Amino acid sequence: MSDLLEVKNLSMHYDTLDGNVDAVKDISFSVKSGESFGLVGESGCGKTSVAMTLLQLQPDNSVITEGSIKLDGKELIGLSENDLRQVRWNSISIVFQGAMNAWNPVIKIGEQIREAMREHYPENSKQENIDKINELFKMVGLDETISDRFPHELSGGMKQRAVIALALSCNPKIIIADEPTTALDVVIQDQILNEIKKVQDLLGLSLIYISHDIAVIAEMTDKIAVMYAGSIVEIGPTQAVFESPKHSYTKALLDSTPSIRGEKKKLQSLDGEPPSLINEIIGCSFSPRCPSPSSSCKNQSVEMGLIEVGKDHFADKCCSECV
Amino acid sequence: MSQNILEVRNLVKHFEVSKSVFSRNKKIVKAVDGISFDIKAGETLGLVGQSGCGKTTTARSLCLLDPKTSGSVNFYNPDTKSMESIDKIDEDGIRVFRRNMQMIFQDPYESLNPRWTIKDIIKEPLDIHNIGSFSEREDAVVEILRTVGLTPPENYMSRYPHEISGGQRQRVSIARTLVMKPKFVVCDEPTSMLDVSIRISIMDLMLNLAKELDVSYLYITHDLAVARYMCNRIAVMFNGKIVEIAETEELLNNPIHPYTKRLISSIPIPDPSYKREQYEMNFDELDNIIQNNPNEKMVNIGSEHFVATHETKDFFIES
Repeated sequence: MSDLLEVKNLSMHYDTLDGNVDAVKDISFSVKSGESFGLVGESGCGKTSVAMTLLQLQPDNSVITEGSIKLDGKELIGLSENDLRQVRWNSISIVFQGAMNAWNPVIKIGEQIREAMREHYPENSKQENIDKINELFKMVGLDETISDRFPHELSGGMKQRAVIALALSCNPKIIIADEPTTALDVVIQDQILNEIKKVQDLLGLSLIYISHDIAVIAEMTDKIAVMYAGSIVEIGPTQAVFESPKHSYTKALLDSTPSIRGEKKKLQSLDGEPPSLINEIIGCSFSPRCPSPSSSCKNQSVEMGLIEVGKDHFADKCCSECV
Repeated sequence: MSQNILEVRNLVKHFEVSKSVFSRNKKIVKAVDGISFDIKAGETLGLVGQSGCGKTTTARSLCLLDPKTSGSVNFYNPDTKSMESIDKIDEDGIRVFRRNMQMIFQDPYESLNPRWTIKDIIKEPLDIHNIGSFSEREDAVVEILRTVGLTPPENYMSRYPHEISGGQRQRVSIARTLVMKPKFVVCDEPTSMLDVSIRISIMDLMLNLAKELDVSYLYITHDLAVARYMCNRIAVMFNGKIVEIAETEELLNNPIHPYTKRLISSIPIPDPSYKREQYEMNFDELDNIIQNNPNEKMVNIGSEHFVATHETKDFFIES
């Protein structure tokens, strides 16, 4: 399998009055076609910034300082707005975080999906688009009549399903799901996750799944990247990362996740807060919160950087040497 | 057996909703429809269910924030050392009641007054209940801040809520609740707004304080994994009714009611090699059965494990 999406050394900061906020720092990863890639980390670690940068939807005050995003061999950074419109939704689409706020409240659901389809397939007749939407709705477990409803008439779970249908409307090759189930309760979350998996298998899509919930990531992905303070601190096959986490932060995340299976174990809390991204971080960004920092880590003499710790499994240099 | 701190019998809370302002046809929403449970001293009972199943309504009724429609709630009064019905509470009694029964809310961003300092926020209940002298109140604030891990307290006393993080805010909420030394605290999803890493420290804090101060909790959550960590017993709620109640491990290992099974099967497991079994059930069908069989009863199937039966024969219990 070839790489569908290849991100190399991507760095991005937000230009604010207080200084530059380094939200994405030197990030590299690749996603093969049909693969599920998970991005996990605390709030404010830059997960959503990465997602927005992939689609080139980042706010105006953001500056991409270096790096490349190649989708199917085509470089996305530096494309004109017109060219980007062709890429968005046709090749890569996104399921936004808050399904509640993703819809325009005064336009019917069907019309909002057709709007995207008209843009990308101007030659299609209205009936063709309607048929396609009905087909998509069936795929995500919605009734056809939803097309004629306004967003406020739907429940949270239904809105989220409709957002997934919207993301699929222009046959993308890759979908970014940015915390698609955060606002939903567990049963609805379970249904949505199953829906996403089903659709992914059916259409052979690649998926980038962003979440702070490591349990959801464990179920949904083949490969994960753990983000901390704007950088990837560990990346590898999901199985390998869960079995032998190398970075202290990954371990801390796993130790702080309650489960309903297995022995009831004492969970470890992770004290402190992630560092402010405005100031430049010297040495290991995790060292102030690390439960077992080595002396060289503490005096911040070790530089950050990923090294290989297993097959396709990379972790930050500092922690893999610390532990 | 230790003393019951709370006894709830057939608690009902109905809301009337009318279609329009002028409509005479009132529809009744049965938010809580006849639930019963006990909470013992020092125990944590989890109340688990989907959004809209009546968890928060139950909490608000218990705390007298919304008057209940019917049913009885008896609360242990440590002053008289006896169970007292909350219906019989008069003006003075309600102060005693509120002193012993407190609530921690879901959203630490909305439940703290943004214009008050942390000290004012925590001191307010002491002022209202007129506990201690001025300097004693100050000392109590310092002490409770230390207890909830906001140290050194002097650094936090004069700050405003917007100056501290979400996890610290929730600690302030907990401090405000516990400064009254209550016997019973209702926690309405206190960790659902917090980040994963902070969540555990708040949960540990609450567990430790429960032991230290001998507090009982009613812990409301939709996440069974969190409930397992926090609670001695779990009650599963569906559409205003409790369908199953048992010791935590017993409930998770031996669920009987189909809704409990469905709920358990929907919790993601943080282990990529584990494949969850899918348990399908039709919620509408279950709702129908429940609505059409008002004479449900809770059957004890052993070791204090109660399951609701919705028909005369034990519909859901496969023997």
